[in-house]
Parts: sequence; structure tokens; C-alpha cells
Amino acid sequence: MASLGELERAVMDLLWASQEAVTANTMRDLLAHNTGTDDGAAAHPGKELAVTTVLTVLSRLEKKGLVERERGTRPHRYQAVSSRADHTAELMHEVLGSAPDREAVLARFIGSVTESEAATLRKLLGQS
Amino acid sequence: MIGAMLVYGLEPAGDNLIAGLRTLAGMVFFNAPTTSLGFWHLFALSAAALLTAHLVFTLLLTYVKIERQRRRHRELLALLASPDAGGPGTLVINHDSPVAYCLPGGARSVTVLSDGLMAALEPNELRAVLNHENAHLSQRHDLLLWAFAAWRQALPWFPTTRLAQVAVNSLIEMLADDAALKSESKATLIRAIAIVASGASPSNPAMGPLGNKKTTTDSDSGGMVTSPAATGSDVEDSAFGGSGGAASARTTATRVSRLLSPKPPLARGFRALVLAGSALLLAVPTALLFVPGLLG
Repeated sequence: MASLGELERAVMDLLWASQEAVTANTMRDLLAHNTGTDDGAAAHPGKELAVTTVLTVLSRLEKKGLVERERGTRPHRYQAVSSRADHTAELMHEVLGSAPDREAVLARFIGSVTESEAATLRKLLGQS
Repeated sequence: MIGAMLVYGLEPAGDNLIAGLRTLAGMVFFNAPTTSLGFWHLFALSAAALLTAHLVFTLLLTYVKIERQRRRHRELLALLASPDAGGPGTLVINHDSPVAYCLPGGARSVTVLSDGLMAALEPNELRAVLNHENAHLSQRHDLLLWAFAAWRQALPWFPTTRLAQVAVNSLIEMLADDAALKSESKATLIRAIAIVASGASPSNPAMGPLGNKKTTTDSDSGGMVTSPAATGSDVEDSAFGGSGGAASARTTATRVSRLLSPKPPLARGFRALVLAGSALLLAVPTALLFVPGLLG
């Protein structure tokens, strides 16, 4: 049985890839199909994923604010809140941005540099 | 500051700090008479207590805030980034500009590299970056960052707190640089810093051998790199990458110039003098306050 973390990852990958909202049932089929063709088959040795498991994963992702569900229909359909690229951009904004306590949250290899300094460094690279 | 207020406030209560504290405890817990303390003494004592509580509280609050942000960041990373073959705890995120950072978190600490960085750096430069980040993690620099961020948060109007945070940030970067230098050459590290900082891969991949590069960088540009830090960094700090502050820009410049033209270490005697001086500065007043109480 794959760990919840791996499942969350697989589910998000599928949601990001699909354009429309999906039900938990469809998601389970997609996951089964994926692991069947993928080399990840070993992760589920002949065991079908239960729909409840998929629902658990989806609600965990919903709690994290990554997935939203359409409540109008039954069964509920799920979709990604924003695209993969948007999330990456959000992360990078957090890393590169100048939020006051960012400096304490993570340590960057290089802090921001000024344009003139960047030019100097480029010159330095050109010389070497 | 807390100490000064405490000492002033306790001055009528006892000859030394320990006796004073004992008297104070008696007043607070056993309803002993408080007549010996004047208004200003009480005021100073209350202020000391308030300030202490404020500092401790801010420290905890900052911890909670930092941890929450880190957890959120880790969650997203778990979904977005893929593990790298380079080693455990290393993730690669799909982003074009060269970025490297580490996210401290005990056993779950990770170092994150971007695709852009992997493409821009040679393997040995990449190793220098990784060693640098691992030094941050293994030397627990996050604790320093936390303490000083909290201090600044607690007393934002107090210039020392900002200066202290900036100085600590620079110093831990240099410590990590030194750790990276243990395994990689100086030229490699400088190139890695320069490539990441200029945000682009060099256009000339045909490089000479390492020793060759080192001599040219060392002789040509020792003074050149230090100059922009002195002149331009205050004015245009958001020009590059739309972020940051002049402080971190100056850090980068200082790091590079320190690597290019290292200052000779202080003479042994002088260094001992400085260390002894700072130790005495801390120890003597404390000792004077406590020792009479311990002896008597």
C-alpha cells in the first residue's frame, strides 16, 4: 500500500493533468490505471484502491487548500484549486520574496543582489 | 536593559542581586512588607517583568509562525518537487531561475534546488552549493535566525535588533561558505555564487582548468567586487528579481570579496585580547552582582 503522501502526490498529478472536475470513483479508476501501466505497479501488489481511501486523500488535500469540491452534484466532483505552475510560482514567491520573516523561515544560498552587483558578477564570470 | 531595571528596582531591597531577589520573592509570594521600595523602583521592576514576558512571548509566537510557514512550504514541496539522486533530503523543483535554499525542520530538513540551478552549474559547483546548505542545516543556523528574528519582532523600533539580525545573517552565510570550502575549491564556490547571483548561466562553457581560473579571479578583481556594495546597493535594491533588501545584497558582496581577498587572521595575542575583553565585559558585572550574595 502506498503511503498517504505518495497517494496525495499521485492524485494531485492527475488533477493537474485533467481539465475537468473528477469524482472520487473516476479518480480511483485513473489511479488504478496509472499504477497498472506505470512502474509503480509494485506499490499496489494486486490490491485495488478503495474509494474511501481516495476520498480520504481528497479531503486531506481539500483541507490543505489544494483541492476544491463542487457540492452541487452528487457524487461530489473534485478539482485542483490552481495549476501546478501557479503553485510553483507561489512557492518561489515565498522563497524569493521579501516577506519580513522569510529570512527566518528558510536560508537561501544567495540573497537578492542589486542590478549593478549582478553586472559586476557577470563580468567576473566572463573574465574567468 | 532588563538587568539594569531589575538592579535599579531591587537596590533598596538588598545589598546584592541575590539578596534583592530573595526579598522580592518574599514580597510577592509571602506578603512581606513592600515599604522599602519606592514608586520608581516598583515601576522599574514592573517594566523589567513586562519586557521579559514580552520577549519570551514573542519568541514563542515567532516560533509558531515560522513553523506554520515551514509546514505549509513542506506540504507544497512534497507535491511539487521531485527527489534528487544527489542525496537524501535534496529536492528538485521545476523552476527556471537558479535558486537554492534549505528548509530547516529537524529530521525533515530539506535542501531545494531548481531546475535552472542544476542546468547552470557544473557538478563541482553544485556540490559546493549543497555543502553550503548542509552546513546551515547541520550547524542549526535556524535557531540563530529564529532567535534574532524574534528579537527584532519584539523591539522593531530598536535599531540594534535590525543590525544584529543583519550581522547574524551575514555571519552564518560565511560560516556555511567556510564549510563548503572544506571540500570544494575557492574558485568553484565563487563561481557558484556568481552564477546564482547573476541569475544566468555563463555564456562561455569552455572553461580553463580550475587552477587557472583561480589565479585570474584572485589577481584581477579583488577590489572590483567590493565597490558596488559601497556605492549602489542602497538605492536600487528591488531592481533585481524584484525582491530583497540592501542588507542581503551587501552580504553577497561581502562574501565574495572575503573569498577573493581574505584578510589575514588576527594576530594570536590580539585575538586573545578581544575574546578576553568581551568575556570580561559579560562576566564582571554579573559576577559583581552575584558573588557577594554567594559569599555572604
